[in-house]
Amino acid sequence: MRQSYRIIPVYTADVSGVCSALYELGGMTVMHDPSGCNSTYNTHDEIRWYDQDSLIFISGLSEIDAIMGNDNKLIHDIEKAASDLHPQFIALAGSPIPYMNGTDFPAIAQVIEQETRIPTFSVPTNGMHDYVYGAGIALAEIAERFTDPGCRCTDQRTLNLIGVTPLDFGPLSHVKKLKENLESRGWKIVSTWAMGDELEQLSRAGEAAVNLVVSSVGIRAAKVLERKFHTPYVIGTPVGGFTKTISEILEQTVSKRIDWENGDGDKPVNRIAYLEKRLPGDPQITLIGEPVTMGSLVASIEQKISRPVQIICPLDETKGLLGPNDVAVRGEEEAEEKLKDAKIIVADPLYHPICPEGCQFCELPHIAFSGRIYVKRLLPLAEM
Amino acid sequence: MLKRVGETIDTEGAVIQIKDASYPAPFASELEFNSPVHGNWNIVHTGMMLPEARQIYVCADNCMRGVVLTAAEMNAADRFSFVIVEEEHLLNGNLEDVTIEGVSDVIEKLTEQPKAVLLFTVCLHHFLGCDLERVYKELEERYPDITFIRCYMDPIMQKTGLTPDQKLRKAMFDPLPECPTDPKSVSLLGMDFALDETSDISRILCEHGYNLRELPKCHSWEEYLQMASSKLFISCYPPGKYGAEVQAKRLGRKHLYLPACFGYEEITRHLTELAEALGLPDPNLEQEVQTCEMALERARKVIGDMPVAIDYLFHPRPLGLARLLLSHGFSVKTVYLDSISPEEREDYVWLQEHAPNLQLAATIQVKMRVLPRGSEKEVLAIGQKAAWFTGSRHFVNMVQGAGLYGFDGIRRLTELMSEAYQEEKDTENLVIQKGWGCECCL
Repeated sequence: MRQSYRIIPVYTADVSGVCSALYELGGMTVMHDPSGCNSTYNTHDEIRWYDQDSLIFISGLSEIDAIMGNDNKLIHDIEKAASDLHPQFIALAGSPIPYMNGTDFPAIAQVIEQETRIPTFSVPTNGMHDYVYGAGIALAEIAERFTDPGCRCTDQRTLNLIGVTPLDFGPLSHVKKLKENLESRGWKIVSTWAMGDELEQLSRAGEAAVNLVVSSVGIRAAKVLERKFHTPYVIGTPVGGFTKTISEILEQTVSKRIDWENGDGDKPVNRIAYLEKRLPGDPQITLIGEPVTMGSLVASIEQKISRPVQIICPLDETKGLLGPNDVAVRGEEEAEEKLKDAKIIVADPLYHPICPEGCQFCELPHIAFSGRIYVKRLLPLAEM
Repeated sequence: MLKRVGETIDTEGAVIQIKDASYPAPFASELEFNSPVHGNWNIVHTGMMLPEARQIYVCADNCMRGVVLTAAEMNAADRFSFVIVEEEHLLNGNLEDVTIEGVSDVIEKLTEQPKAVLLFTVCLHHFLGCDLERVYKELEERYPDITFIRCYMDPIMQKTGLTPDQKLRKAMFDPLPECPTDPKSVSLLGMDFALDETSDISRILCEHGYNLRELPKCHSWEEYLQMASSKLFISCYPPGKYGAEVQAKRLGRKHLYLPACFGYEEITRHLTELAEALGLPDPNLEQEVQTCEMALERARKVIGDMPVAIDYLFHPRPLGLARLLLSHGFSVKTVYLDSISPEEREDYVWLQEHAPNLQLAATIQVKMRVLPRGSEKEVLAIGQKAAWFTGSRHFVNMVQGAGLYGFDGIRRLTELMSEAYQEEKDTENLVIQKGWGCECCL
């Protein structure tokens, strides 16, 4: 049965995704939930919670307020906190009960924005999707509302990194290595969405010549930036030796953009770098995880060993992101079935119990799966 | 990155002097912050005490993640399974079927059937009016050899009526059967920790040949079931009181609520009650008081005028502890709590009169996220939250009163305070671990 899980956990959910994406941007994120979402997020999904302050709170929804539809308490409490703490924006994220009783979050956001004059938006989470959905919409909202429409690209070697959260990339030191890979090839990073940069930095995203979507979390925001600034995007993560390929595709994309803006040629096509040279045939190695980061790692491995590699992707959003050898799975049972013939598996250690006996298992901790358990053993993707 | 703005934010609404604090809610109920202190036990930790049992949760992804990773972090993932509730189940109104079939599927996949399943249903079951009677009836018919225990993870009920924690501490003893009485045993219900062997209750019972049965010490299902046989049921931890009362009534046993506390008179009263219930001679407690006085004096000489902060997570009676320490010359400055327990009303009134400037500081009020942590002078923190909020490395690392009890508990605490004064601890690595005292893989 797809919904039943004997031993492995679930991925970080959408509510935590919102909080993770917005963590460093100076806003205030409010989870509308009785209790659990808050501790789940800051215990298991947020490695910055101890050392780095961020205004992320829970509404403490009670039974009576849920039944009576008492949104006034939520509005009052948010406005009170905002007047004390002065956030740059307010984000609302819903959980299962508000979803079930049809809480009108866009209207609540509008009321709060009118009354506080602080930009306010809601992300339509309900605790039943994975983090890619929540974090993706949250970053798209930032792109929609907070990027300066007056920005123009003036430097061909500039890019934004879109879709960076600790859930996929770990601590900021690992993200810095990712940026160093690109900088060593002459790229300047305008902004990183959303680790290490403030909202002001992100607001200048329109200055970049191209956007690099480094995880599926960034796709929605990249689409918004494309619409607002005509910035094309490339999907792929600059891991190890694959950085060279990505850099070349970025250069080609920028070149096409310039030509197109000069009235020469077609609009540049957004490219998925890691899918362009995947090897066909019987896969020798299986990776489990998020499609863009794992896809880029697979491309890097295939370049090195010249043998086909496969991804098993247990996340919801895979459309167009997987290669012919790759498979999307839903639930523990299907994942176990797809793994049963795998010989070499690279995955988070908590997948080990459903891997076949005798397979070679290589640990690749992923915070969005095992939380903080293996955080000390996290490897920088950039160095693989 | 968010800049630290705490220096410009006033403490109004988050910190108050006890003379101005209202009872029982000194702080308004608004948005809530959750500090990175996780030593408190949650329903997973508590449920894992039931030997040879498995926990199965039925809920949405986000609610699930917190509990499944709790189990993984305590190296107990092999005793934990779950069923995911999706949007379509809410829209189709088939939550009963999903629960029954999902739980059945989990059980069928196990290599060995557990003696009991703690089945946790959630807020969604409650709000959708899920027919839980039908769910349990069907599961009990399908698996007659498994005891299904009715557990709830419904935090939406946290503020009205019984909390999920209280309900769990009752439900965990529902399987106890009616049975003949063992006149020489006493069962302690509703605690996460066994009482210290030197605690007053343990010593008194041992001296008079009684066996003290405690769930944390049970290693098998059979041993757990024998808790039913005790002549007397007692409870010492406030959230466990309700369950112990209900089970004692159901099984025809006497129940005594003997909460852990810090007042000599109250401790004496509880120990006298225990003695009377068992027909024991009145305990002579003068010597106990004297040794406590000596222990407190020794600790005070060590600690001197170092500021002391206490939190509610350390012990259910933080104000009682503040009263004890203040009345023995310690420099208690702050108590971290979000509400005042009815059991502490007398201590609250006493402190208003005798220590009116004592600070009460909230732990969940939103300003506590950004108000400056730490102070110029090192603080002796009693409890993990006090340590985090004060930025202290000198702290007593313990939660929920642990196994401290009575006069012995006071003496033991003075030792722990002196140790904390003398030795630094790695606060960050200690307080982020979930479920103090449980295994932790971090």
